[in-house]
Amino acid sequence: MIPELGHFALILALAVALVQAIIPGMGLLRRRADWMAIAKPAALIQFALVLLAYGILTYSFIVHDFSVLYVANTSNSELPLIYRISGVWGAHEGSLLLWVLILSAWTAILAMYSKHYPVDMGAGVISVLGFISIGFLLFSLFTSNPFIRLFPVPIDGGDLNPLLQDPVMAIHPPMLYMGYVGFAVPFAFAIVALVQGKLDTAWARWVRPWALTAWVCLTGGITLGSWWAYYELGWGGWWFWDPVENASFMPWLTGTALIHSLAVTEKRHALRNWTILLAIISFSLSLLGTFLVRSGVLTSVHAFASDPTRGIYVLAFLGLVVGISLSLFAFRAWQLRTLTPFSLISREMALLTNSVLLLVTMLTVLLGTLYPLILEALGGGKISVGPPYFSRVFIPLMIPVVFLVAIGSLIRWREDSLSTLIKQLRTPAILAIVFASVILLLLPGKASFTAWFALLLAFWVINSCFVQLQQRLRHSQGLLQGLRRTPRGWYGMILAHIGLGFTVIGIALSSVYSQEQDVHMVKGDTRTLGEYRFELVDVERITGPNYQADMGTIRIYKDEKELMTLHPEKRIYNVRKNVMTEAAIHSNLLRDLYVSLGEQRNANTGAWSVRLYYKPFILWIWLGGLFMVLGGLLAVTDKRYRLEVKQEKVKLDANHVTAS
Amino acid sequence: MSQPVESQVASPQGQRPKRWVYLLPLGLFVVLMVFFFFGLGLNPRLLPSPLIGQPTPEFSLPKLSNPDELFQHTDLKGEVSLLNIWATWCTSCRQEHPVLMKIAESEEVPIYGLYYKDIPAQGVVWLQDYGDPYRENAVDENGKVGIEWGAYGTPETFLIDQKGIIRYKHVGPISWHDWETTLLPMINSLRNNNGV
Amino acid sequence: MAYKIACLCLLLFFVTTSSAEIAGFPFESEAQEQRFRELSAELRCLVCQNQSLADSNAGLAQDLRSELYQQVLGGNSNNQIINFMTDRYGDFILYKPRFATKTLLLWLTPILLFIVGIFCLIRFSKFRNQRQQTQVSEEDLQKIRALLQAEEEKR
Repeated sequence: MIPELGHFALILALAVALVQAIIPGMGLLRRRADWMAIAKPAALIQFALVLLAYGILTYSFIVHDFSVLYVANTSNSELPLIYRISGVWGAHEGSLLLWVLILSAWTAILAMYSKHYPVDMGAGVISVLGFISIGFLLFSLFTSNPFIRLFPVPIDGGDLNPLLQDPVMAIHPPMLYMGYVGFAVPFAFAIVALVQGKLDTAWARWVRPWALTAWVCLTGGITLGSWWAYYELGWGGWWFWDPVENASFMPWLTGTALIHSLAVTEKRHALRNWTILLAIISFSLSLLGTFLVRSGVLTSVHAFASDPTRGIYVLAFLGLVVGISLSLFAFRAWQLRTLTPFSLISREMALLTNSVLLLVTMLTVLLGTLYPLILEALGGGKISVGPPYFSRVFIPLMIPVVFLVAIGSLIRWREDSLSTLIKQLRTPAILAIVFASVILLLLPGKASFTAWFALLLAFWVINSCFVQLQQRLRHSQGLLQGLRRTPRGWYGMILAHIGLGFTVIGIALSSVYSQEQDVHMVKGDTRTLGEYRFELVDVERITGPNYQADMGTIRIYKDEKELMTLHPEKRIYNVRKNVMTEAAIHSNLLRDLYVSLGEQRNANTGAWSVRLYYKPFILWIWLGGLFMVLGGLLAVTDKRYRLEVKQEKVKLDANHVTAS
Repeated sequence: MSQPVESQVASPQGQRPKRWVYLLPLGLFVVLMVFFFFGLGLNPRLLPSPLIGQPTPEFSLPKLSNPDELFQHTDLKGEVSLLNIWATWCTSCRQEHPVLMKIAESEEVPIYGLYYKDIPAQGVVWLQDYGDPYRENAVDENGKVGIEWGAYGTPETFLIDQKGIIRYKHVGPISWHDWETTLLPMINSLRNNNGV
Repeated sequence: MAYKIACLCLLLFFVTTSSAEIAGFPFESEAQEQRFRELSAELRCLVCQNQSLADSNAGLAQDLRSELYQQVLGGNSNNQIINFMTDRYGDFILYKPRFATKTLLLWLTPILLFIVGIFCLIRFSKFRNQRQQTQVSEEDLQKIRALLQAEEEKR
């Protein structure tokens, strides 16, 4: 009975979403305040209903209600509680429901804040979000209903994919979805601006915190996903240019461009069309990501359900949403073009250049991801486009982007002189050369130009951040007061840019200086990797809550001193019989020691296949991601957004009075 | 009612982005949608074989029925035949097996087997238990010949013409439907063409 | 993956490794081992669908790795080995598509996009520069003055 209640709640949510989309939307066009007033309660009710449905599905998981098909497929009586809760989004139907839940949650939050926006803007945005919600609710109800019953009721369930039975994997999808769905809000704002043919600096100030929040979630989701792949997949890789990864990376690239372009639109009232286009593209790419993952048109290492009928639905929905919004852009954006002047040497230009480069990068990733599909559709046969291609095109495009980050955050708005700029950047540049060279000399192993160049770029960015700090403090009386007066948004930017530098350092040093061995070892064997010696002490059989495992004991020595003991595992999960590699990793800021246990190669000699890795500075990749997230969070919480939103409201109301 | 702030007059209108530029994103997107639509009909797991139209790879392997005798690629010449790559560890092969039995009973075409990466004794027992649709089996214990044939997922079935040229490849278990609608018509047309 | 980037992306420079054994295969020279690493990272494991031979533990990947090992040890050139693989498995096995007519757009579009992007930026900035000397209507000026005054009063 309870699952039917969930099903019913979902149907009701669809009905409410229809109301939420249509009535305020009509109100916006007909200028009827009473119709627009429906927006807020409708958004809140829809959220409550979706939350109820989601709660019921979670409840079904917790109590092992295997009469629900979805639960029977993705859960099992042996599954620990935390994975029963995260198992709700462990497969297609549930993750779609999660998507809808997050969308309605964002809408509800927006509705709560809607008193800060003009009535028509708030109603319009909620209406657009309502239309998106309708699409996904229909998708959920008609092609992927999680509440379908199963009869006869099986005794036990088919278990959650063991790859997903991991704490990080439990939070990675919601984070990613919050990012994906988060871009729906800037998108909705952009649509309303196009419909109204009006976009002022206040608009940019309203959108910025939303775009930033989405970007923070997406950055966090991608960082976690990459870290998860690193320790869970068992061969030390952290980014595979897999279609599913690319699907999350493309909106990140344009989202990054969007938050910077929004800054220009807010501060200088320029690049309005560009901002709108980026907002539309970022959300379109989120939808495209859903399509790519759900339709199965692209093969992927990720174990998501795929089904062509679902693919057709998402494709139609994608076509409708993106087609309409790009048409609106084509016919309305021209009216929003701006005349704000700026010179070639100005912050506007630096930020615009970088966002163009980010867009080019996104298009390149998109091309690489879709090229096999396009070629095959044209009858050109099957090809693969993999990491070698992406690295080759991605890195050259990123070099100017990273280079410009330092300039873009130092240069003045509107117009700056080249000579001042050079004067400002001379010290960080020289210091970057010194730092990069010294670090390279300190690192063991042969000197590599690549590593040196990457370090140079990273320190160029990091040093420029300190120059900015110094400049900021120069004009203030007293260090502490200067620091206190500096807005959080500024600190956020600095933190995120330093994070970018860290990530560059991590990628470069770990790729250039990594060492690995893929060997067959019997008990007592040792192998040397750099200055570390690995000894396979033992492999024993252990029993986990829902798996059996071979657990290796590997002792690591440095200079003949015992450093640590690692326990990599090879697990076989009881229900699905999947074999999973649980790598054992010892991390610190300087290096990771990574050990993963393969299969027993030879039963007679007892030889095990073992992979040993030494990866210097790899932690910095995700540390950089963490800094970017923290920076974004600082910027979102900048109090000036809230204050100015209120001021804007007062001003606008005053305008309304004078107008009427 | 306007007055120039600075002496120079505004730039000519021709310099600014033209209106049609705003249509570009939409145009790009439409093209993309067309490809997606066609892409949906494709099976991402299916791989076309580059061997089609090529002579069969050369090999010489012991027979399953008699390890002392050799089965060679030249034995595939002379008539239209099927070569089926299989193993006892392959569950889809078990699923395909009854269809192969029916094809063998129809006596339309001889089926040869490439017994792939498996222990010979197990294969012999398997064929005794479930029936033997094969005219002959070549034993490829280490999988090297499988690589020559570009095998990546058992079962795989090749259609070979009279001259020993590979004409078609089917990946995965053959269903009776596949046999009736694809393989049999191709076999017939290969026979007829040779007659002309 | 990490060393894949190192080997394959921008660097035609060098990578430091000191191991002498991969997947239980002993190598005679570092050059051979390096080639084995590069090739096994560039070739796709067909059954896993999105892993390279180097990363995969699947049976077919192991077989292909040992084939690769023998060919590297046998002194075959990279081209010969890649042709051997594509003759049997098609272009699908290559993670780095060959530069050919059908991949022309794949390899050239990024460069093209980059050039177009920079070109548009330059044109745009010229337009902006000219716009600097622009007209402001009396009406707008009044608005601006009013706004400035309002700001002033707030403080």
